[in-house]
Parts: sequence; structure tokens; C-alpha cells
Amino acid sequence: MTGRLKTFTLGGIHPEENKLSANAPIEVLPLPKQAIIPMGQNLGAPSKPIVNRGDEVKVGQLIAEAGGFISANIHSPVSGKVLKIDNVPDASGYKRTGIVINVEGDEWDESIDRSDDIRENIELDGKEIIERIKEKGLVGMGGATFPTYVKLMPPPGKTADYLLINGVECEPYLTSDHRLMLEKGKEILIGTKILMKALNVEKAIIGIENNKPDAINHMTELAKAYEGIEVQALKVQYPQGGEKQLIKAVLNREVPSGKLPIEVGCVVQNVGTAFAVYEAVQKNKPLIERVVTVTGKAVKKPSNFMVRIGTPVQELIDAAEGLPESTGKVINGGPMMGKALASLEVPVVKGSSGILLMPESESHRKPENSCIRCSKCTYVCPMGLEPFLLSKAAKVGRFDIAEKELVMDCIECGSCQYTCPASIPLLDYLRLGKTMVGAIIRNRKK
Amino acid sequence: MNMLTVSGSPHIHGDESTKKVMYGVVYAMVPAMLVSVYYFGLDALRVLLLATAAALFFEWLIQKYLIKGPITITDGSALVTGILLAFNVPSNLPSWMIIIGALVAIGMAKMSFGGLGKNIFNPALVARVFLLISFPVQMTSWPKPHAIINGLTDAITGPTPLGIVKEGLDAGKTMSEIKPELPTYMQDLIGQMGGSMGEVSAIALILGGIYMLARKIITWHIPVSMLLTVVVFSGILWGVDPEHYADPVFHLLTGGMLLGAIFMATDMVTSPMTHGGQLVFGFGVGLLTILIRIWGAYPEGVSFAILLMNAIVPLINKGFKPRRFGVKPGVEIKTS
Repeated sequence: MTGRLKTFTLGGIHPEENKLSANAPIEVLPLPKQAIIPMGQNLGAPSKPIVNRGDEVKVGQLIAEAGGFISANIHSPVSGKVLKIDNVPDASGYKRTGIVINVEGDEWDESIDRSDDIRENIELDGKEIIERIKEKGLVGMGGATFPTYVKLMPPPGKTADYLLINGVECEPYLTSDHRLMLEKGKEILIGTKILMKALNVEKAIIGIENNKPDAINHMTELAKAYEGIEVQALKVQYPQGGEKQLIKAVLNREVPSGKLPIEVGCVVQNVGTAFAVYEAVQKNKPLIERVVTVTGKAVKKPSNFMVRIGTPVQELIDAAEGLPESTGKVINGGPMMGKALASLEVPVVKGSSGILLMPESESHRKPENSCIRCSKCTYVCPMGLEPFLLSKAAKVGRFDIAEKELVMDCIECGSCQYTCPASIPLLDYLRLGKTMVGAIIRNRKK
Repeated sequence: MNMLTVSGSPHIHGDESTKKVMYGVVYAMVPAMLVSVYYFGLDALRVLLLATAAALFFEWLIQKYLIKGPITITDGSALVTGILLAFNVPSNLPSWMIIIGALVAIGMAKMSFGGLGKNIFNPALVARVFLLISFPVQMTSWPKPHAIINGLTDAITGPTPLGIVKEGLDAGKTMSEIKPELPTYMQDLIGQMGGSMGEVSAIALILGGIYMLARKIITWHIPVSMLLTVVVFSGILWGVDPEHYADPVFHLLTGGMLLGAIFMATDMVTSPMTHGGQLVFGFGVGLLTILIRIWGAYPEGVSFAILLMNAIVPLINKGFKPRRFGVKPGVEIKTS
């Protein structure tokens, strides 16, 4: 490993890492009996089903179309018969439209190359790559699930000079990106090359935190064969995986308030997305499976699974040798930004990076006390906001103050609430502030 | 299967709590407490126990019978106020005055604003100033430190070093004439000088400060900016006319300067929320302290200076925002 460790400069915390599953190789999870495929798997508009009840589908067949510009296609992750199109539970806790497929066999669409051969040669041109990525339903796999193709089409007048590949995985417990880099490093690098071609950039940097020295070494070694791709080791600090924080850490560029990374010539993609890009472009494979970490202090066998989209969370937990007796909370994602699930019937979706089982003793918030104005929330905020002030403004309905004090810049990383000695649910109020201010801004534009 | 808990992220919490912060301050005050008992004997112990017991009692009383809300006397904040109050009075203060002080600190300065975190002024300082104005004689007759190992004889009272200088200068003496009456700097450092209980030993106070810095209970901004301002301002005056102005080291080591800088001005509830604001706050306290000490009616100015600056903390908070990510300093934030 060479070079000084970089990191972002404003705020940040360092929670216990607890990467329990870091040494567990990716295992392919057996197919579920039934796949549940929610239509709202991406940021933006939900997808629209194009199959009907009783239809026979193959693996990789298009079953739902993008419902708008910021939306994504969905392909069947399994083969079998469409049982119903109905309301299904999703990670948000609401029931939303989804397609339920009874799995029969494992018959793939013939156009998909299922071999393990690594295809280095990129035949498509930039435009075709973007078209392919759009067609194959790729979304950001770090958790935000923003449609990938949109990020590859900078608005007129804006150009990128750097592609950043996010291998930070700053959330405690999660190891899916870590394992993917160790086991599919070459594919990730080819995927990076493909993204560089689509964006027409010469340089790409893969940012990896220093708690994954094996991944840093492995990727650095492999990257030597790929011109323009570098690996940058980063000091461990949460939330370094946030786009703006990663750009600041790696390139010392600061995305202006309210703007996107392209403003400073950057596009950021997750390593999981780079892998999916490789599969979509080189193998013609849609986004139908992903790596999911199943972990927790009481979990018997913390694991990383390659899982078909639509597999119920219960089956992942069973494969990790069952739900521990002590479990009080099941989180879809990491402990800082993940969503607590109300039911284990919820399926894995494109943005599911991990399933974290928290023991009952760690499942509840501490009682809230008075703010002692210690400022710790301000010190740790990576966006330089004042969470104590914003939460108070939201609490008393002063959304004008919340807007002026930049509540919309909040990235919901949770560092403030993690740090608060008074255990005030700061982020709850900040989310409320963001929702209300967002609505106010939209109304003003009308 | 058992029911699953659902709540918004984050799902983990760091191990800080109000209690830990408050008891951290208490631990930081242990060296100064030991020194005060060492020099002022059982009387110091009496003041400490009485002030803390009274502070806790009044908080309990008010929460139970006036506010009728939750009782939070175990969170450590009333304990901190009690100890700080004890640190700010002479060790021979009559017990009933200490009790009145505790009532003022907890009842008037803290609970009437809504309790922990809501008060504008530092409760212990409000009580000190209340006592100073109400009982000027008792509050300014300082027992001379008298190491406990030398036997428990009656304490001798005398003025503080600041009082000696103020009186001397007012009487037309020069600093070189006053100097022999003052304790040496070494005596100031270890605590062999007249003064309130907590202000006498610089070393004990600094130890506590280092502990709080290490525990991240305070940041360096307020103490450093306050003390630097004191050194620079008093240094200029001293440089111009050393016969009529005391030197900066003297100002640093006497009259509760360190107690104020480390434990009182840094009180998180009553100081600014951003580092920029904290620097300004410390500067203001330092400047006002020297102004009061040299040109004011009282020989000692730290308490007044801190209270005055406490009053403008909300303004400082409005003017000094953290450095926003992605916002160039000085650029007006446009709301769309």
C-alpha cells in the first residue's frame, strides 16, 4: 500500500466496525420457492409491470418497465409462473405493487452469457453502453438506488473528468462490497473501464477504507493492468461512503450546496454497480442478483450471499443458521442508515446490501433527555450543519428557519444522533424538516 | 417469533450520555477539591458538602413540587453546579449563605429558565455574584491557605493577591512596592494564596482541564482564546507601564482566571455552539476581565465578564455558523 491515507475534513465519526462477516466468502444462496418483486426498487418513479397473472417467465426476462426518466426496468430473477400482481410488503413497511412468481426450475434467457469467462474486450461504444445499462435495469447498489444510466448522461454543458468507484463501505457490519472486491476484482475493474468509456473520462479512482487492507492490496495489484485506474486508501471514518464526502476525501473537491457531483467533474459509482455494469455490458445480464451480507453479533454464521432479487429475507437468515433467539430488530442495510423491517417476508431488492440482526438489548433507543447544548452534533456533522438547531426548528414547525439553515443539505447519515449525549432523535426531526421544506420548495416552483 | 422493533436510523448510539459528561466534569474537579481541602481544612469540606447537598436538594424540591415533572437530580448537573458554587466562595462563608447561594443557583439561574440546558447564565456564577453583592464583607474576607498538616488552628483571613494590588495601586503605590506583599508565582501555582476555594491552585485546575480536553468534554477554543486575550491585553499595559500594571503571569494565576477559563466559561449550556463563536466568546471574556480588574470597582472580574458574555451567546450563535460543506464563506445562501 502506498501513499498517505486520505479522508474528508468536516465532521465524521468512527463507530465500532464489527465487520464480522469479512472473512466469509460469497456463497450462492439456493433459489427461493417464491420470488416477490416490488415495483419500487429504485429512487424515483416505480416500475410498471408488463406481465400478467399466469405468464411463464424466464430468468432475465423483462417483467416491468421504467415508469419515467428516473426509474428502472426490472427483469425476472427466477423462472416460473407469475402467481399474482398484488400489494406486497417492502422495506419501507408499506405494501406496494409487486409481482409474485412461483419458482419453477432455473431457465435463463438464451441471450445471457452464464459462463465464468472474463471478457476483457469492450465492444460497445459509449452510447450503446448507456443504452445497455438502462435496458438492464441497473441502479446504484450502495443503497441509494439511483438509476445508473442517468448518472452517465451529464446535463448539457457539464463534463466529468473523474470517475470515482466507491469501495468505502463505511457502514459498520456490512462486507458485501469488501467480498466483491476480493472475489470479483477483475470484473469490477472491467466494469470501471466500461463506465469510463461511457463517460469519456481518462481517470478513475477506487476509494477503499483502510480497514480492508486485503482489498486495497488486491485491487491495487489488479489495477496495474488497467490504464487510468488507481486505488486510493482512505482513513476509516463514517460517512466516507457518502458521495460528497468521498469526492472531498479523494480529490479534495467540494460539491456545492444543493448540487450534484457532476458540478465538480465527478461521477461516483459503487463497486457493486461496477460489477453489475460488467455483467450487463459484457455478459448481457440484467440486474437480477446481488451480494447481501447477513450479520449481527448473535448470528451463528455471519455470511455473504449471492442472492436473487425477490428472495424473502427469512431465507437469507435461515441460510445464516437461523434467527437468534435474542433478536429484537432486523435491519435492511447497515446500522447507521438501514431501515428496520417490520416483517421477514420482505424481499431482497436491488438496493439491499445487508441484513443486520440486532439483539433485543440493542434494539431500543435510550430515553431522550434535555439538550445540553454541547455542540457535539455540530462537530460531527459532515455537511457543517447544526442538527440541534434544525431539529428544534422542525419540531416547532419553523420550516423557514430549517430551509435557511440548509436542512436540505442533510445526507441523513445519522452521525448527529449517534453522538448526542442526550439521545435526542435528531435525525427523525431532520427528516421531518427535509420532507416539509422539500414540499414547500416544490409548491413555490408551481 | 418475537415482535420486531421498528424505528428510524441510526440504529446504534455512541456511548456518551448527559450523565457521563456531567460526571466527567466532576472527576475533572477532583484535584481542585483535594487541594481546597488540603489548604482550607475541614471548612472546605463543609462548604463542598453543603453546597452540593443544597443544590441537589433544591433541584429535587423544585422538580417534585413546583414543576411536578421527572426528577433528574442523578444526571450530575446539579452536582457540578454545587461544586462550582463551593469553588467560588471563601471557605469560611457561613453555612446559611451557602444554602442561599445554592437556592439562587438552582432555583433562579437554572430551574426558572426551564432546567438543564435552558439557562442563559452560568448558575454557579449567578449565585456567586448574588452573594458578592448581598454579603460583600463575608464574600471578600478570604482565609489564608493553611496546609491541613500544620494542624487545625483558626484560619487567618486576608485579601487576595488581586485585592492587594488593587488597594496598593489605588493608594498610589507602585508595583515594585506592592510586590513583596504578594505570594510568589510558585505559591500561586500550587495554591498558597488567599482566594476562593477552587481558584487557589493553578496546577490542580490545569490537570482537570487536560482531563476534560482528553475526554472531549470541552474544546480548547474558549480557554485558549480567553487566556491569550488576557496575556496580550495585560501584557501591553504592563509593557507600557510596569509600575502601574500587574504583569500577565500574575493575571493568569490569580483571581479565578484559570477556574473561570477551564470550568466556568466552558460550560456547554451557556457558551457558543461553534468553534468560531467560542473564540469570540473567549476573547470577550478575557477583554472584559482585564477591563474590570484594572478600571472596575471590583478587584476581580472573571465572574462578571463570563456572565456578560453569557448574555450575548444567542447573538454569537446567530453570527457564527459552522463552515458549511459546499458553501463558500461569505457567499449569501440563496433559498430557492
